[in-house]
Amino acid sequence: MKITTELVDYISELSRLSLPEEEKAAMTAQLEQIVGYMDVLNRLDTAGVEPMSHVFPLKNVLREDEVVPSQDRTELLAGAPAPDPEAFLVPKAVE
Amino acid sequence: MNELLDLTALELGAAIKKGDVSIPEATVLALNAAQCAPHNAFITFTAEGAIKRAEELQKGLKDARSPLYGVPMGIKDNICTRGIKTSCASKILGDFEPPYEATASARLTEAGAVSIGKTNMDEFAMGSTTETSFYGPVKNPWDLSRVPGGSSGGSAAAVAARCCWYAIGSDTGGSIRQPASYCGVTGVKPTYGTVSRYGLIAYASSLDQIGPLARDAADCAAILDVLQGRDHRDGTSLDGQYGHLLEGLTGDVRGLKIGIPTDCFGDGLNAEVRRAVLAVADVLKSRGTEVVELSFPVMEYVVPTYYIIAAAEASSNLSRFDGVKYGWRAEGYDGLTDLYNKTRTEGFGMEVKRRILLGTFVLSSGYYDAYYRKALQVKAVIKEAFDRAFESCDLLLPPVAPTTAPKLGESLSDPLQMYLSDVYTVSVNLAGLPGLSMPCGFDSHGLPIGAQLIGPHFGEGRLLNAAHAFQLDTDWHRRRPGGPLSQPAADSSPSGGAKAEGGITA
Repeated sequence: MKITTELVDYISELSRLSLPEEEKAAMTAQLEQIVGYMDVLNRLDTAGVEPMSHVFPLKNVLREDEVVPSQDRTELLAGAPAPDPEAFLVPKAVE
Repeated sequence: MNELLDLTALELGAAIKKGDVSIPEATVLALNAAQCAPHNAFITFTAEGAIKRAEELQKGLKDARSPLYGVPMGIKDNICTRGIKTSCASKILGDFEPPYEATASARLTEAGAVSIGKTNMDEFAMGSTTETSFYGPVKNPWDLSRVPGGSSGGSAAAVAARCCWYAIGSDTGGSIRQPASYCGVTGVKPTYGTVSRYGLIAYASSLDQIGPLARDAADCAAILDVLQGRDHRDGTSLDGQYGHLLEGLTGDVRGLKIGIPTDCFGDGLNAEVRRAVLAVADVLKSRGTEVVELSFPVMEYVVPTYYIIAAAEASSNLSRFDGVKYGWRAEGYDGLTDLYNKTRTEGFGMEVKRRILLGTFVLSSGYYDAYYRKALQVKAVIKEAFDRAFESCDLLLPPVAPTTAPKLGESLSDPLQMYLSDVYTVSVNLAGLPGLSMPCGFDSHGLPIGAQLIGPHFGEGRLLNAAHAFQLDTDWHRRRPGGPLSQPAADSSPSGGAKAEGGITA
């Protein structure tokens, strides 16, 4: 299938990526080549085949609910790029 | 080179136990070798911590239980180590120090492992050459102008170059087996769900599995005995009979049926690789296995199926890297969305962006059914093909990769070509099976060739015993970079002829 610049713009926006123009051109061509190759799957008739998410029939692994200490907040926040003892700091998102 | 560095992990463990060598001595030896090596196999060295730990372990030696107690090793940099930089070889994680330890490395620590550092890899384990690392490519110890394979290229190179006695890596589509093959070491991708993924930074969660890279099958068995086990912190973790792999290595493979999937030996396979892999069957036959040919008629579908599923899961998993919670944040953004965009655009490399976009595409409205759902259906067909194959044999013997290690810089310009080189390894991950890669010869450039063994679910014991039997009769796994390649084997086992046949280096 044809991968257009518009489609690359659309999936870039969904992916929170903004490719510079020169990267975008190369990416569009490569994605078209890769997706074109993936169309080989259409040669296989899979009508009636159930899509398989997991190879083992694992369902709803349950355990008793018990109280355990959570990670230390200061320690978790220490890895953030904008350090604050109580929260992740981001630019204002709501007016 | 100090001859201690050439021991297997189990041999070193035994020498430590006996008191022939101290743990600090072995640790300093490994650190010196690794820090002087030209391969760029490590991103972070933990020299100070390693020496301190070695001294503590030495004091507790008489209580040692694991045969790997005190043996220095390396950990792939996508496995979280508490308080030690874990980068996934990506700019976006910056100098991230995890506040917790992955189960896999915690289990090894418990068994007395000494980590000398974190090994280099393809960024977020996406790549087949270890050239996509933000920290620069890894070089193959057998030929510095060639790639070590990927994505666990640092782990494979470190073991091959005798910088440590073993390393752990992760395998999503061949990332342990293929670099093991290119670097002439033994590596195992375990049955999905048998090694906890807790603390493994996710690439494609339904396919990712941690496993060992080591000198031989016995070392891999000992490492897996430590790594495998149920972990309630990984929801896909399975119950099983773990911990008896090493004691199961008898070398007795009489009656075992080895299946040669003829569809894996057709066009596109290098002739020298083909010859060396088929010679493995002859060695195993001489030890009493039966060899049967069988068809595996889904080969053309495995690469597209894998890349659709892996990219889809990657696009979801990597949405957590947004410049807010950990790692690196871009500068000069205008508002929250721009912060996300700039951080991700500047923080991820091209291959990672390619897979995120591809994954977003196959999951997006209008294309989901044609690509993602279709791939999940073909996955079921591939699993069924394996089920059928294991009705007529106990183990499969395909190649690991179509060629030996390519030159640095050859693969990056053509991503599709790089994806296609994963053709013999990805199906194992799709079906959740155990797979092993072991050295089986050298090509005319003196580069290692690997053979793959694939078993049914929980077939690790069978896999490792077959590899062990092969390694009892051959010495490909004992060769090291810089050493003689075509020396005659020391023993005169019944498979001497097969050895000569495998020795195609001439």
